[in-house]
Amino acid sequence: MTVNQFLILGALLFSLGVYGVLVRRNAVAVLLSIELMLAAVNINLVAFGSLLGDTLHTGHIFALFVITVAAAEVGIGLAIVILIFRNRSSANVDELDLMKW
Amino acid sequence: MSLLERLFANVWFTAAVKVVAAFALLLVAVILLVWIERKIVADMQNRIGPNRAGPWGMLQTVADGLKLLFKESVVPRKVELGIYLAAPIAAMVPAFLIFMVIPIGRPFTIGETAVTLQVTDLNIALLFVLAMSSLAVYAVVLAGWASGSKYPLLGGVRATAQMISYEAAMGLALVPVVLLASAQSAGDVGLGTMSLSRIVELQQGSFRWMIPGWFVFWLAPSFVLYFIAAVAETNRAPFDLVEAESELVGGYHTEYSGFRFALFYLAEYLNMFNVSALAVTLFFGGWLGPDFGLPPWIAWVMPLFWFFLKTFLLVFLFIWLRATLPRLRYDQLMDLGWKRLIPLALVWLMLFALVTAFRTWGAPWTEALG
Amino acid sequence: MVELVLFIIFGLAALFGAVTTVWARNPVYSALGLMLTLFSVAVFYVSNGAQFVAAVQVIVYAGAVMTLFLFVIMLVGVDRAEDRRENLPVQRPLALGLLVLFGAGVLVAGRFAWVTGAEGGRGAEGTVEALGSELFRRWVLPFELTALLLIIAAAGTVALGLFRRGEAEGGDEGEAGEGEEAP
Repeated sequence: MTVNQFLILGALLFSLGVYGVLVRRNAVAVLLSIELMLAAVNINLVAFGSLLGDTLHTGHIFALFVITVAAAEVGIGLAIVILIFRNRSSANVDELDLMKW
Repeated sequence: MSLLERLFANVWFTAAVKVVAAFALLLVAVILLVWIERKIVADMQNRIGPNRAGPWGMLQTVADGLKLLFKESVVPRKVELGIYLAAPIAAMVPAFLIFMVIPIGRPFTIGETAVTLQVTDLNIALLFVLAMSSLAVYAVVLAGWASGSKYPLLGGVRATAQMISYEAAMGLALVPVVLLASAQSAGDVGLGTMSLSRIVELQQGSFRWMIPGWFVFWLAPSFVLYFIAAVAETNRAPFDLVEAESELVGGYHTEYSGFRFALFYLAEYLNMFNVSALAVTLFFGGWLGPDFGLPPWIAWVMPLFWFFLKTFLLVFLFIWLRATLPRLRYDQLMDLGWKRLIPLALVWLMLFALVTAFRTWGAPWTEALG
Repeated sequence: MVELVLFIIFGLAALFGAVTTVWARNPVYSALGLMLTLFSVAVFYVSNGAQFVAAVQVIVYAGAVMTLFLFVIMLVGVDRAEDRRENLPVQRPLALGLLVLFGAGVLVAGRFAWVTGAEGGRGAEGTVEALGSELFRRWVLPFELTALLLIIAAAGTVALGLFRRGEAEGGDEGEAGEGEEAP
């Protein structure tokens, strides 16, 4: 049981996520790309967890925590998107260049 | 070793037979279900209901299905074609998958192989069911969005919020079941189970005197919460805002016709049957029931009979609700979900966890005092 | 062998989903692409013996998070295509250069054996029982902290949903926003 293929896949997914965060202008799409990065990290955590046969299940449990944090982040992030949209009628992150409105 | 024994010794053959049997069983049950609903609602509204096709109109559903099958399937011009075509299938798949983990009868042996009346016995079956039922929302949302029309879109948006809200309540209502299962299984918390067949087995025995050991007698509040959430999850009246015909024409399936509409229609009843079957499995002892000392060649029918009887009784409750209650307003729906069901489920979960802990380890002060 | 075939199929599916996520012009397709990726990742979890994490992944991500995404996409009506013009002219060549560097870095790094330590084999199955007993014994403090985090997030979301311009902060008449979410 080798872990390399999972690491490569995780790296690819993470890079795609980074690309999405940098390139997309739609705030919702940016959040989606962040989710992609978190999922990529989780692949690594779980793969290492099972590779090392960790009896404490550290990898799995850390993946659980990542999922929890992701859920919290999405809740807040989307609430902010809705709020911005309500004020500016746009969810384009390029137009959000004012600190105060 | 007879031919039958040899066939059932093969895992793949058994699996194939089970899948086909479950599929057929579910379809027949749903066809019956539609007819039963129409008859009962008709009775409650002082009408006759379907009465032409077959005895007492029993074949009405089949006739309707055939009609829809041969109808032209209209595809509006502004749809997102791929998703529009995929949505009805996405409605059916989770419904069938849920049924795959529900045990419907006592396991029996053919020769030396034990055959369970359940397609697969996952050890995380309960989580699997929750996961699948949370996928059911996508069919509705995507159908609503892909139709490219305003009423379906409204239906889809409503569906998302409703499903998220009631999914949480449903999950919380089911946690005490796992707690009780672990308390029942060994008297020691920590050896619990999420396998549905095991949960059914744990409900053997009795609660008090003659009362059977069904979990509902411990967990009546859980059952009520689960049932309300399940009605909302399956988009049935009084929570059918997703397809509210008096406001949204047909809701998410407004733009669907012919066979695709039939799939949505079928999926709704499949879901109703599934949540009822799950409630029976978790709270009402599943296929458990007296078999009246019947001879063994016929005794295997009794568990099936009990399972379907209980399930259809719960389904009757669904139909009763539909015929009785007016539809909730959208904000009332959200209120009920977030301000009533979820807090109640949490409080009940805490109470039950405390009681279970006391029963298992004794009150915390006993050690200090004595 | 089966694992390899599974990996190839679902790895390709995951990559396809990820590419769709970052490239689809329409956010709904982005969300669906991410769904595909998350499912494939859940399959990897199962093949790595992490059944519970896989189940949680499907329930939380597919059940709650993605539904929430779709809800917001439909509610704020951002399902319009966005424009793809590039504002910084040097960015694309620079990115290509960095990509080459990164690829070289990966190739160099791949020549070393990074993963050391004894292979545990398939001993650590992430069943509900195993994870539960670890989670509530050794990891109980982080677990409670995440609970706290979730509560704060839920409260913050509700507060954001209730926030209206011109009202004093904390004015809470009217209906709650729909952003509430606590999986």
